[in-house]
Amino acid sequence: MSLGSVPLKYKISIDRDQCMKCMRCVDNCSYGVYRIENDKILIDSRRCTACHRCISMCPRDAISLQEKPVDYRSHPLWTAQAREDIINQARTGKIILAGMGNAMDYPVIFDRLVLDACQVTNPSIDPLREPMELRTYLGKKPARLQFTRDDKGDIELKTELAPNLKLETPIMIGHMSYGAISLNAQLSMAKAVARTGTFMGTGEGGMHESLYPYQNNMIVQVASGRFGVDINYLERGAAIEIKIGQGAKPGIGGHLPGEKVCTDVSCTRMIPLGSDAISPAPHHDIYSIEDLAQLVRSLKEATEWKKPIFVKIAAVHNVAAIAAGIARSSADAVVIDGFRGGTGAAPKVFRDNVGIPIEAAVAAVDQKLNDQGVRNEISVIASGGIRNSADLAKSIALGADAVYIGTASLIALGCRVCGNCYRGLCPWGIATQRPDLVNRIDTDVGAEHVANLIHAWTLELSELMGAAGINSIESLRGNRDRLRGYMLDEGMLNVLKVDPVGA
Amino acid sequence: MCGIIGVIDRTKARMDGSSIKRALSLMNERGSGEGAGYVAYGIYPDYPDCYAIHVFFDNLIEPKSKVDEVLQKWGRIVHQEEIPTYEQPGLKKEHVPWRYFYKPYTDFIVGSNNPAEDIVKHLVMAVNSTIPGALIFSSGINLGVFKAAGWPEDVADFYRIEDYKGYIWLAHNRYPTNTPGWWGGAHPFNLLDWAVVHNGEITSYGTNKRYVESNGYKCTMSTDTEVVAYLFDLLGRRHGLPSEMVVEALAPHFWDEIDRMPEKEQKLQRTLRLTYGPALMNGPFAIVVATSKGIVGFTDRIKLRPLVVGENGSRLYISSEEAAIRVMDPEVNTIYMPRAGEPVVGRVVQ
Repeated sequence: MSLGSVPLKYKISIDRDQCMKCMRCVDNCSYGVYRIENDKILIDSRRCTACHRCISMCPRDAISLQEKPVDYRSHPLWTAQAREDIINQARTGKIILAGMGNAMDYPVIFDRLVLDACQVTNPSIDPLREPMELRTYLGKKPARLQFTRDDKGDIELKTELAPNLKLETPIMIGHMSYGAISLNAQLSMAKAVARTGTFMGTGEGGMHESLYPYQNNMIVQVASGRFGVDINYLERGAAIEIKIGQGAKPGIGGHLPGEKVCTDVSCTRMIPLGSDAISPAPHHDIYSIEDLAQLVRSLKEATEWKKPIFVKIAAVHNVAAIAAGIARSSADAVVIDGFRGGTGAAPKVFRDNVGIPIEAAVAAVDQKLNDQGVRNEISVIASGGIRNSADLAKSIALGADAVYIGTASLIALGCRVCGNCYRGLCPWGIATQRPDLVNRIDTDVGAEHVANLIHAWTLELSELMGAAGINSIESLRGNRDRLRGYMLDEGMLNVLKVDPVGA
Repeated sequence: MCGIIGVIDRTKARMDGSSIKRALSLMNERGSGEGAGYVAYGIYPDYPDCYAIHVFFDNLIEPKSKVDEVLQKWGRIVHQEEIPTYEQPGLKKEHVPWRYFYKPYTDFIVGSNNPAEDIVKHLVMAVNSTIPGALIFSSGINLGVFKAAGWPEDVADFYRIEDYKGYIWLAHNRYPTNTPGWWGGAHPFNLLDWAVVHNGEITSYGTNKRYVESNGYKCTMSTDTEVVAYLFDLLGRRHGLPSEMVVEALAPHFWDEIDRMPEKEQKLQRTLRLTYGPALMNGPFAIVVATSKGIVGFTDRIKLRPLVVGENGSRLYISSEEAAIRVMDPEVNTIYMPRAGEPVVGRVVQ
């Protein structure tokens, strides 16, 4: 018995009058949509992922793409997606894999929050004319200052500051490992963060030699697979991040298929060529909070207490209490990854159903740490679905010190969020290790685009702060007074500690 | 827009309230007749070791019996009376101002370096957040706040502030936008030894409020000035920072300036900013803060509100308007405008 084929997802057509048969579409499509027969470009729409590579490279705008060209009988519950997933699983008996972030139609809380501006009673501040301070320090802060007085009665500072990361703007690029993404994608971002005075994560894939020149702007990651971790790696990082979980797939580990483990990836990750790189779900030396505290201390000892240690957790229901536990360790920052966080590959059921949104998570964490009187002693980094400078400003007003962006920085490199990262065929040269595809990224141009994005958001954040009469990022942090909820229910307003519009 | 003025006699020579009333009334352009107030230090020499607790009661039945009860639970009321007031045609008496002279039992709490102050602070927070119809608006030793909704001269005459003699006076002429007509919203704000008058709007209020709340304070007066008093109490009293350093924490140097400082100073300023980031006050403001040891005036980091300083011998004046200083002291010989964020300090000479 055959289940037959499911309908096409996308239909590609070429305007033959416009087409000049330059063959750019044929060359650019790594999924094999186009082929030439008898001097004619033929199309296999079934292979299309809507990555837009052909469309963006067509000099005549001759290609058009239609989503869902075949209708199902409409049904509110049995959506096309639900039916196709079942057909797929009936055929394979397997877990469905997916890339990028949560694709379910949950309401976006960011879009139900509005920012404030000054009128009359306080002047707005023009960032073109007045200083606007976005500099952010991430790391442990003292609870209070302590002084001694010298013989002359002058004040001597007794408090010693722990090492902090200095960011010129509160935007960092999150951890996307070498293996999951290409070296050229990493290099582009590394050059961009070095240029904009901020940081990026290496992900759990070690640090490739060619990134060494940018190591002062890189945060190295220690995840459950410990891939690429040795003392050389730890010492190169500006900070170290222990990854407990990831917003796209809380509670489970990672899997880099052997096909993506080429020579360079195998050397950097310190694993055999072509072998699957499987990160276990838990760290096998962390079975409780005290084990985490011990790992934090071990990493600190190994690097002589010179580097801040971050701990990244997925935003799960109990995120606030977990963050409070982390705050009690020697960790310098806690990273909260919301359920919209991107990924190279995750089981679809996790990506779409597990975890909570970053807006609620960061508000809850900030509140819990504040209630316990330790909020300023540890930094909070928000990540998972931050799309623009407004999301950035709102995250900070809800209590984050800084944010990690991931998908946004990939889009700056060409990514069109087609969600097929796990297939290793990314035509933009991002989520692939195929040399011909990787070479499509010119790292200098890529760096410029990513740096432009960070710069543009920084400018917009300055303008938003100036309009709100704030000239220092500290005064936006946790300042829920400058947010209002629009059409959010009372329960959610209470979690966010935000008043409704008009109040 | 509001008008503020403060004066200290550094030799502790006491002045009555008549001249500051004139100075404040001169700045009526800056107010709207919906709030004015005065605080004076050194006015209760007969009770040198008692906390003078000023309360607004809505009536003297339920709220007062509850306040009496909680005060007596935590200490001894040495003396209490209604604060004398005199009917004014332009001022409606909304509350009964009452004062207690109070000594807390210091052996009732543990783990405190200053049990008396911590008890009084606790009582202020508890009364203001849990007893309807009672508001403690002044709680220091040998000092008192006198405020109401009205023009400065009416408020002054209502309390006859010329009958009080203090060596420090702060006064405030209010143009409210937030809580007009509410007596509790008038300035000065006071907690223990700290009193604050403030012209401006603190755009970082949400952040500052969360920070003081996280340190055990409760903001109950629905206005941003309250938080200044609590920040001074937290940093100045509980963390023991000298007042110049408190000002540097609240209105810190810009990073550009800090980066250019000599290394030792740079380290101090960086540590200060990192430690007290949530205490940084943003938005337009000019503030004068007093304690029994002196006064300090400062503005926001880009001076979006005016502040003028005058000096004459042992007297130091800080005000929104030069004219107000001159009407208070025609002999004043030095007048200058401090730079943005720069603290102006007047200390009592021992």
